[in-house]
Amino acid sequence: MSAQAEASRVLDIRDLYCGYGETEILHGVSLHVDPGEIVVIIGPNGAGKSTAMKAIFGLSRVTGGAIDLAGQDITGLQPDRVVRQGVCYVPQTSNVFVNLSVEENLEMGAYVRTDDFRPRIEEMYTLFPDLREKRGQPAGTLSGGQRQMVAMAKALMLDPKILLLDEPTAGLSPKFRGEIFRVVREINAAGTPILMVEQNAKQALGIASRGYILVDGTNRLDDTGASLLANTEVAEMFLGGKAASGEVAS
Amino acid sequence: MIEFLNFHLIPGIVLGSIYAIGAIGVSLTFGILRFANFAHGATMTLGAYLTLTLVWGTGLHPLMVLPLAMAATGFIAIGMDRAFFKPLRASDTVILVMASFGLMLMLRSAIQLIWGVQIEAMIPGIQRPFVLFEALRISPRHVLIVGAAIVLMIGVHWLLSYTKTGKAMRAMSDSPELARVTGIDTEAVIRATWFVGAGLAAAAGTFLAIDTHVETQMGFKILLPVFAAAILGGIGRPYGAMAGGLVIGIAEELSTYAWFGTAPLVSPGYKAGVAFAIMVAMLIWRPSGLFKGRVF
Repeated sequence: MSAQAEASRVLDIRDLYCGYGETEILHGVSLHVDPGEIVVIIGPNGAGKSTAMKAIFGLSRVTGGAIDLAGQDITGLQPDRVVRQGVCYVPQTSNVFVNLSVEENLEMGAYVRTDDFRPRIEEMYTLFPDLREKRGQPAGTLSGGQRQMVAMAKALMLDPKILLLDEPTAGLSPKFRGEIFRVVREINAAGTPILMVEQNAKQALGIASRGYILVDGTNRLDDTGASLLANTEVAEMFLGGKAASGEVAS
Repeated sequence: MIEFLNFHLIPGIVLGSIYAIGAIGVSLTFGILRFANFAHGATMTLGAYLTLTLVWGTGLHPLMVLPLAMAATGFIAIGMDRAFFKPLRASDTVILVMASFGLMLMLRSAIQLIWGVQIEAMIPGIQRPFVLFEALRISPRHVLIVGAAIVLMIGVHWLLSYTKTGKAMRAMSDSPELARVTGIDTEAVIRATWFVGAGLAAAAGTFLAIDTHVETQMGFKILLPVFAAAILGGIGRPYGAMAGGLVIGIAEELSTYAWFGTAPLVSPGYKAGVAFAIMVAMLIWRPSGLFKGRVF
């Protein structure tokens, strides 16, 4: 990788050590996201996938390594500062304000904006048509899939430099899972790079530019989405059987 | 019947309005900062004394100077948060509650040092009540208290439903963690919460002073019913607190009515026990309150 390509990275995590309190979860993880990419992190439970995302957001304690956003060091910044830098994050659980209406959730997503964000709300209703008719309803009354859409729309209100998604399809029905993956691709096609932790490895790798496999807080493998899908070791570990060669895009 | 209206229902509505305004502050602080603020009673007292001082200085009616006293109390509360609660932001709830208890004692002593311990009248003299239908007696000060309380409730509703700060307060009450990763300036929201909560406390203290008098224990004496109102409404739910305040105030006053025979149902000396009984009953059978508040 040339120095020039490295400088153009959207997100660059180098040799990251972090954890909570005294417990270290990540022992030197490196990963990066280039412009226009969808990057997927997969791995068994407890591998430190969510911890890596939380580290970017200053929610877990970083003890070593560095996190750069578009060439700027953002290691250890407070969450609201990270948001102002252009990183938006959708946590896996409790990712909407349940007592606020759908529209109020989107307004909160735009909290740091001082300009008129009405047009952006309209764009979100175009991207997630279901939400338009539910705009006045408390987000807590929506179904799991619709909540996930509110959470994603809320995060997109800032038109972020990168969008972080922590298991966006966890607990959703196959119909909504497909819908979420469709939207992820659409958001990405509109120019937003995405870093995503996913349990549904097969579908996720199917739409990924590249994937990382974390095991026990360290990098195990990284490759293009298609190659990881075709990899026998990956197939045995996460895809429940033989390599899904050829069957890339779902 | 007329006795019931004049001496029980109308005073109940007045007292309920005072409790409601006090309870909104308790509920907001609890929802956003996650602790029961025992200093809220002393904040009410402080607000009443600030209003009294402004009345002495200007000669205006207490309600005319109330906005200024509310703002002053609000800024003092932000200062107290900076000094006492901000350093403990990451601590356990029980530590914050104890800190608020200490702050309550400090505030009360400071008030006693500055203003003395004698009882003062907010509005001197006796007011003649309006007489409607030749029997219904309504005191002008009661009309003013209830009217001002309604204006403040509408103000709180407007703040929480239509302003960015108010929505951010509700968002933070929902989930402080999500509020932080959404980019909400949580410290600014906390300052706003103290300002609004303490401002309302000042109003409640002033209303109580207009209804009765000013003394250094006044806030402490109504702290229990105010907490009962907040719990009844569902703690962390400002609208619940409004309803809870009215219910507690009216229940206290109605408890002394001669429902059976000629003697009061509950001796007026035990009136405060009614709020306590309602609070205990709610905590046992429905701790989330009428409006599904937070239970920890």
